[in-house]
Amino acid sequence: MEASIVRVSGVTKNFTMGKSQIQVLKGIDLEIGMGEYISIMGPSGSGKTTLFNMIGGLDKPSSGSVFIDEVDISQLDAYELAWLRCRKIGYIFQTFNIIQVMTALENVTLPMVFGGISDDDAREKGMELLDLVGLKKRFQHKPFELSGGQQQRVAIARALANDPAIILADEPTGNLDLSTGEEIIFLLKMLSREKNVTIISATHDLKMLNVSDRVVWISDGRIEKIENRDELSISIGQISETHT
Amino acid sequence: MLQAGHSTSHLPKKQVVLPFYKSVEIAVKSIKARFFRSMITTMSLILAISFFSYTKFNANIAKTVFIADDKAAVQKLLHLGYEPVNYKDGQGTSPKERWILFLSLLVCVVGIVNTQLMAVTERFRDIGTMKCLGALDRFILRLFLIEAGLQGMIGASIGALFGVLIAFFNTFIRFGTSAWNFISFNDSGMVILTAIALGCMLSILGVLYPALLAARMQPVEAMKGKD
Ligand SMILES: Nc1ncnc2c1ncn2[C@@H]1O[C@H](COP(=O)(O)OP(=O)(O)O)[C@@H](O)[C@H]1O
Ligand SMILES: [Mg+2]
Repeated sequence: MEASIVRVSGVTKNFTMGKSQIQVLKGIDLEIGMGEYISIMGPSGSGKTTLFNMIGGLDKPSSGSVFIDEVDISQLDAYELAWLRCRKIGYIFQTFNIIQVMTALENVTLPMVFGGISDDDAREKGMELLDLVGLKKRFQHKPFELSGGQQQRVAIARALANDPAIILADEPTGNLDLSTGEEIIFLLKMLSREKNVTIISATHDLKMLNVSDRVVWISDGRIEKIENRDELSISIGQISETHT
Repeated sequence: MLQAGHSTSHLPKKQVVLPFYKSVEIAVKSIKARFFRSMITTMSLILAISFFSYTKFNANIAKTVFIADDKAAVQKLLHLGYEPVNYKDGQGTSPKERWILFLSLLVCVVGIVNTQLMAVTERFRDIGTMKCLGALDRFILRLFLIEAGLQGMIGASIGALFGVLIAFFNTFIRFGTSAWNFISFNDSGMVILTAIALGCMLSILGVLYPALLAARMQPVEAMKGKD
């Protein structure tokens, strides 16, 4: 493995619900290399989204640290954190989260605006990215004029806007039908190869297994096992038996 | 083809930006996209400001009439309940008028706070998304303030013109053609400008608390809002 781009070290996360405290993450250790395609697999409620938020700097761990490029992100101030979210990480969500009042192109260029890139450059690059995800002709469309799959493509283009080192995808296919989901998965895989982006995808979609370099199985806030792709192909029959 | 540049960490300035003209652009988009809601937010402002400019316009007329001491006109005003002492000098309006004005503006601001709180809740997801894309708290705050400022400007302009226009015709109904002697276009202009400035202020004042709430929100909180 190359130098690690993401290192999660002893991360726990508690949520207080009224008087009781529940521990959702119970000590996660994980190291992810540059350009890897990682799937975080686990049943609903196992803590995938919570881990996703920790890695993405969207929420703070109760204990432990997340390092991105060997920088502890809990040490960053608001400006540095915003910069990290803007330039270093691209986010993709289950619910697409395309900004409703903006066109496809405006959505894609928004991170570039925040990143201080000039309008013309942003526009040009936005069109290139929309072309890359197959939506060049739709650049002026508003989200409500796009299908779920198309919205997710816009989200992918937007996530790539500032050439992030990491793309975090939380159940990117969760709201899509089978074949559209598959297209999105292959698009992500293609991009990770072409751009050498690290992709970390939380999912319980077994279609993701084929494209992953490694699969992190998480259950009840703990890592159950981490499998490389070659190990996967052996156990895949068994997986599809146990997860139906 | 685009090339991935992972060298972003070596950029000299790690600062996210949102140029002012871009903020305005986004704010205008939001207003257009939510035209109906913007109208409702602005409606109470239009009414309050038109009431304000109507009252101010009439007060100016009363002042001119009392100072010019036009017998017939003074008689009419006295009959309508205008008291010379309130208009000749001092505040230019009667205590009762000031009290009603204050109340109407207060109700207006409360109304704006209320609708803006609702508007902000509706936009939690967008706000959270923007924060994930790198927006700072103050970008969000600025967007809301600009939006409110523009809404205030538009609403107050409509309200001010409306109020002055009604007061203008009202003056003719009261005094007939001699109204021309009492109407000063400078004063009317001042009334309109004051009303517009006041409207912008109220609109911004009303959005302040909702906008602060929105700006301070953590991205995760904002995202999980409603699915
Ligand atoms: N903000 C929160 N407050 C309280 N409990 C939470 C919060 N976020 C998540 N949880 C709980 O943490 C557990 C894991 O949630 P999540 O990370 O969303 O799981 P997954 O994404 O794997 O479905 C769930 O039981 C959920 O109810
Ligand atoms: Mg989840």
